[in-house]
Amino acid sequence: MSITQLSVFLENRLGRLNDVLAVLGQGGINIRALSLADKANYGILRLIVDNAQSAIEKLKKADISVNSASVVAAEIEDEPGGLLKAVKILVDNGVNVEYMYAFVEKSGDKAVVVFRVEDNEKAEEVLKASGIKLFTDNKGSF
Amino acid sequence: MGDFDAKIETASASGLLKIQSERLKTLLRYADARMPFYSNAFREKKISVEKLSLPGDLKHLPFTLKSDLRDNYPFSLFAVPVSDVAEIHASSGTTGKLTVVGYTKNDIKLWSEVMARTLACAGVVKGDMIQNAYGYGLFTGGLGVHYGALELGATVIPVSSGGTKRQLMLMQDFKSTVLTCTPSYSLFMAEEAREDGIDPSKTNLRVGVFGAEPWTEGMREQIEKEWNILALDIYGLSEIIGPGVAMECEGKNGLHIWADHFLPEVINPATGEVLGEGDEGELVITTITKEALPLIRYRTGDIVALTCGTCSNCGRTMPRISKIKGRIDDMLIIRGVNIFPSQIETVLMNIPEAAPHYQIIVKREKHLDKMEILVEVVEEIFSDEVRKLEELEKKVVSEIESTLGISVDVKLVEPKSIERSMGKAKRVVDQREK
Repeated sequence: MSITQLSVFLENRLGRLNDVLAVLGQGGINIRALSLADKANYGILRLIVDNAQSAIEKLKKADISVNSASVVAAEIEDEPGGLLKAVKILVDNGVNVEYMYAFVEKSGDKAVVVFRVEDNEKAEEVLKASGIKLFTDNKGSF
Repeated sequence: MGDFDAKIETASASGLLKIQSERLKTLLRYADARMPFYSNAFREKKISVEKLSLPGDLKHLPFTLKSDLRDNYPFSLFAVPVSDVAEIHASSGTTGKLTVVGYTKNDIKLWSEVMARTLACAGVVKGDMIQNAYGYGLFTGGLGVHYGALELGATVIPVSSGGTKRQLMLMQDFKSTVLTCTPSYSLFMAEEAREDGIDPSKTNLRVGVFGAEPWTEGMREQIEKEWNILALDIYGLSEIIGPGVAMECEGKNGLHIWADHFLPEVINPATGEVLGEGDEGELVITTITKEALPLIRYRTGDIVALTCGTCSNCGRTMPRISKIKGRIDDMLIIRGVNIFPSQIETVLMNIPEAAPHYQIIVKREKHLDKMEILVEVVEEIFSDEVRKLEELEKKVVSEIESTLGISVDVKLVEPKSIERSMGKAKRVVDQREK
């Protein structure tokens, strides 16, 4: 049910982000959501792409260190309070959110948010029980 | 034959002392007669070779420094005419001129013998296939091992250093049983092997004879695990003869130094005073049987401790030196604290999440020394959570601080971004102005 997120360790030096994006762009990989956590000396680029397996192979081949994790992508109302509704469901059920970010494109008239939580199964269960739709793969099927 | 020589290698203490005293006397007479560098020094210090009581009086003789070899570049220190020199080697100084050494035919014979003894000490026998990945050329590593292998009767593959893919191919096709190279190159090879889908623990290798750079017990464990072999330490330096000065046996309790040819002392590097058994200090060696370039009390710059007595593993009675703890010239003085790169390595080896690949950068900012350690992030550990990387950084900082008593900056870098070495690893980059 959960989808695959890639994370890339990036040293903080000129052109490093460019290198990663070039590998993906030239490899025909489409980035659907991303977030960058930045520290003084390094950053972690988190990505949801349309073909995670192919992206991992291409990045590794280019000597870029990449790791994967499972995350939950949920469809929320694109209106005031939409995100709050989803987060409240998680909080009320004791699911801790490590971090979150949004998809670049919309799903119809709704927004899509990526949640990195400790317990994926529980998050999926409680969100679905509240009628929130979840992506079942990186292509965006429900 | 130059393999295990029981008469010499298990000689009684008094027997060895007698041989050393006689050879030392002969050497001093030889140097006095043939080497103006030494005869002038003796005259200046009013030393009469004939009046010395040896080996006790050795401590009154002057030291020979690496700079003495450089100052006499290329051949002025030789005790024989250049026409009697059979082979010349040189080591690249990090600063300026080469250090040049020469060998007569007899010196090459001696080198072959001590090197054969060294390989035998590591358990190498006729029938072994030695993959010699030390560099061939002016560097003594390649040819030294080569001569020893010939003398011992083992088969040697003179592959030299580098060309890792070819090394791995030969290793599999020729079924090499012994690997000789620098310890850091062996790890580099193992890493490459895995990338090429070869399991390094499944080769025919049985033992590795690793040296030419200091390495820690942690690194030994890692090499032994990666390759599934016995990893033993060899010691040597071109000024003395090249590889084959001292060697560990399977017992791994110090390196047996061939003291019937190379007379060891350990001194306090600051005062020159001779230290006792077990005390850590600078290794000083007098070559007592060489012809072309014998050296008296040569300061190796290597920090060791000396142990006497019979080895509980192999029964050899030759004195033993500890693994090299560091180099006098690698010693960093950071805000007044003496630090050896090997100490940093030991700390990192004890943190499983940190890769063994590191580099130390020393800078001076606002008149204060700063030490920065670049540590590669291991792919398996690398996480999407910043918190875990921060914890790793903090762990390295605090472990180093509690072990060495200095504060450092730790910078995590991408896997494989620190330059890998074919020869000696560049562990320290000192950016301070001299």
